[in-house]
This record gives sequence, structure tokens and C-alpha cells, in this order.
Amino acid sequence: MNGVVLNLVRPFFSLGRFSLLLAKACGSLGDIGIYRKNMVVQMVRIGLESIPIVALAAAFSGAVTTVQTAYQLVSPIIPPKVIGAVVVPSLTMELAAVVTGFILSGRVGARIAAELGTMRVTEQIDALEAMGLNSVGYLIVPRVAAGILMFPVLYVAACLIGVAGSLLAAMLTGVVSIGEFILGAREHYDNFGPYFGLIKAFVFGFLITSISCYMGYYTEGGAEGVGRSTTRAAVMSCVFILVADFALAIVLL
Amino acid sequence: MIRVEHLTKAFNGHPVLQDVSLEIHEGETLAIIGRSGSGKSVLMKHIIGLMKPDSGRVFVDGTDISSISYSELRLVRRQFGVLFQGGALFDSMSAFDNVAFPLHTFTRKSEDDIRRETQKCLDLVHLPHVGAVNPSELSGGMRKRVALARAIALRPRYIIYDEPTSGLDPETSSTINELIKGLARQLEITSIVVTHDMHSVLAIADRVAFIHNARMHWVGSINDLHSSEDEVLHAFVKANEYFIGAAASGAS
Repeated sequence: MNGVVLNLVRPFFSLGRFSLLLAKACGSLGDIGIYRKNMVVQMVRIGLESIPIVALAAAFSGAVTTVQTAYQLVSPIIPPKVIGAVVVPSLTMELAAVVTGFILSGRVGARIAAELGTMRVTEQIDALEAMGLNSVGYLIVPRVAAGILMFPVLYVAACLIGVAGSLLAAMLTGVVSIGEFILGAREHYDNFGPYFGLIKAFVFGFLITSISCYMGYYTEGGAEGVGRSTTRAAVMSCVFILVADFALAIVLL
Repeated sequence: MIRVEHLTKAFNGHPVLQDVSLEIHEGETLAIIGRSGSGKSVLMKHIIGLMKPDSGRVFVDGTDISSISYSELRLVRRQFGVLFQGGALFDSMSAFDNVAFPLHTFTRKSEDDIRRETQKCLDLVHLPHVGAVNPSELSGGMRKRVALARAIALRPRYIIYDEPTSGLDPETSSTINELIKGLARQLEITSIVVTHDMHSVLAIADRVAFIHNARMHWVGSINDLHSSEDEVLHAFVKANEYFIGAAASGAS
């Protein structure tokens, strides 16, 4: 019985503790002078070092979407330019942000949780606190801020590389000419698409980094605990990306 | 001076410390001893405010640190240096950067001054040439000595050692003991040593506080320890083989 009650209460407990952690992080924003150097390091790790894997995923997503759209839509009565009209909004509004988010849940989220989890179990976080440093400010603020700032950059890169991948696939397979692809994309271009994608990237950046920081910061129980936190960080980040994706679509579209 | 008054702490209903009171005097080296899991480290974490007591109070220089704000607590903590059991060195930094970290973070000294100060700390722990080495490449004893150099970088008033000799061979343990003794004398630091290593206690402590069954069972000087007839304390001390060896060599 106690176990059932505990399982029911646990999500609320986690939500409360997560909120308190964020409040403490916000409270330490004034000490940004101390954390600035760490923030630059995190921007490089989270942003710049993620570009190759994001580029690879975006290029293949764009290419596959082009080929599949051609397979599903193009017929004697539907012109090939419709491929550009479908693929580009799909990339800017959904694929670039979500695929980037999923990849970074693994690459960035797991890394953050493992780093902080190891620091917790080896008393490095206690050492920071014992020195008189705000460990939340020093460890969490730079990572979350770097995530919020760099995810939109990665999103823009993913969009550009995704479209390049689409064009390359169109050229190689011959399903549509480059001219027709661009014509279709321009005719149906909606200004709101990239903005919608940028908002998603911003939200996903916050979710992945803050959830992973939370999981890592409160790690318990040695190496096994670090493993558990790392897995949870990656899984929960993916789950919340899906939930946020749906919620943003309902609210903003 | 540090004063612990009627401190009580429980985890999941299990009492770890019950009505513990203790005074730590300026300039002394106090050893807190007790069996593994007796609550020594929990008491240590209360003294630097890493844990909040369920009841009772902890005073550092007259300030009740269990009731002050987090920002005030951080200021109090800067008077402490802490040597954690495993060293707790930041593995993303070299040994030199670990020692320089508090100087970079909390002082406005120039790079040259920080470099000089850091090297001086490494010299004090007899490791002048390990600056460029990463913590993972250091032995257990060296890691503790680098951590000790980091702990004294800001010239704290108090230094807390959590099991400073655990996991070390007798020779390295002796080196650490000599360092603790030497630093207390050179830097006039008040030292609190949490340990169950009686050899270490006899080598460095002025006074001893013995925790048993979650309570402060016995407090007294090293001389009192030898002459005490308290059976529980006696059993603990006798059970330590290092003590027997030390006592034997002392008698001879």
C-alpha cells in the first residue's frame, strides 16, 4: 500500500523539487560574472560540438522526406513542385527541431546527467558548496543558458542542411528538378514556419538541459545511480519533447 | 569557535545523531571518532551547513548557521577548508587548476599572484611538480594532498578532514598526518578530523570526541583518552590494531 502511495506522490515530489531547483538557479543569475567562463565552455560543448551529428541527421531527414513525398504524392495530376511545398515546411516546422531535439537528448542530455551525477557521487558538488559557491548557479545556470542559446542556432543549421539534403536527394534521384523544388517551396512559403520552429528549439533547449541537470544533480547511489540518471535524462527529455511539441502545435497553430 | 548544541538528525525515521553537543576551540585539532556509520560525517556536514539539523543549532563564531539565509551561509563557508574522503577534485581540471580554482573564484588577485599562491600551496603539501597532471592520473594519497592544497588556498580559519587516511598505506597515512599537524601549526588553523583511524588520532589530535549509538558519548583530551575507564570507548580504542601498535611503541 505504502509503495502505491509513494509511486502516486513521486511525480509531484519530482515536479516540486524541479521547480525549486529552477527557482534557485534563477536566484543565482546575479553571480553571472563567476559563471561566465563556464557558460562559454558549455556553449561550445552543447552547440558547436553537436553540429556534425545534427548536420548528418538533418541532411538524411531532408533527403528521406523528399524521396518519400515524391513516392506518396506525385502523380500525373499532382505536379512535382509540390515536393518542395511539402518538404520545406515539414523541415522548418517539425523535423529540424524535433530530430535535433531527439539527437541532443542523447548526446547533450546524457552527457550533462552523467557529468553532474558523477560530480554528485564523488562529492565534487559538496566541495563546491563547502567552498561557499552556489553549485546550482555554477553548474546548472551555464548549461541551461547554453542550451537555450545554442539550440536555436542548431535548429537554423538543421533547416539549412536539411533543405540542402532535400535538394541533393532530388538531384540524385531525379524525382523533381531543383528549379521546381525551389518554385514549390517559395510559392507555399509561410513566414510563421521558421518562427514556430525557433520557438520549439528554444523550448526543447530548455527542456533537455534543465531535465538532464535535474536528473544529474540529484543522483544517488554510486555508479549505478549515475547510469540510472543518465538513462532517465535521455528518456524523459524525449518524452517531454513530444509533449511540448504537441502542446505548442495546439497553442500556436 | 564552533559550538554544536543539542543537534538531532534522522534519515527516514532512523536517528543518526541524537542530542549531540560539542565545542571546538580556536587553534585546536579535534578528532571526531566512532564506528563506520556512527554519524561522524553527518556531524561534519552540519558543521559546514551542508545539512540542516532536525533540531538543535550549530554556531560558527557566534552565528547560528542553521537559521541564516543561503547567501549568508556561503559567506560563513568561506572560512572553512574541507578535505573530502576521496579528495573531490574536479576531474575536468588539472591539479594546478583545482588549487587555483578558489583563488580565481573568490579573489581579485592577478594571474601572476594566483600562480604564485597556487604553487606555494602545492609546495606546502610537498607536491611542487604535479600541477599539470590530471586528478585521474594521481595516486590516492597524492589526490588527497592536492585536495588539501585546494582546501588551504584561501587560508581558511577552520579545516575539516573527512577520513583523511582512509584507503591509504601506513607510510602515506603518516605523511598525511604530518601534513595535518604541520599545517595546523604553520597556518594556525583550527582542525576537525573525522576518522576511525586511532593511529592518526594519536598522531595529530589535541582532543577527541567519541560518537556512539548516535550520541556524543565521550569528549576529552588525548591524555584523558589513555586514562579513561569508559568501557565503550576502551573497546573501540582497543579494537583498533594501529592503536595497539602505537601504544606498544610508545611504551617501549
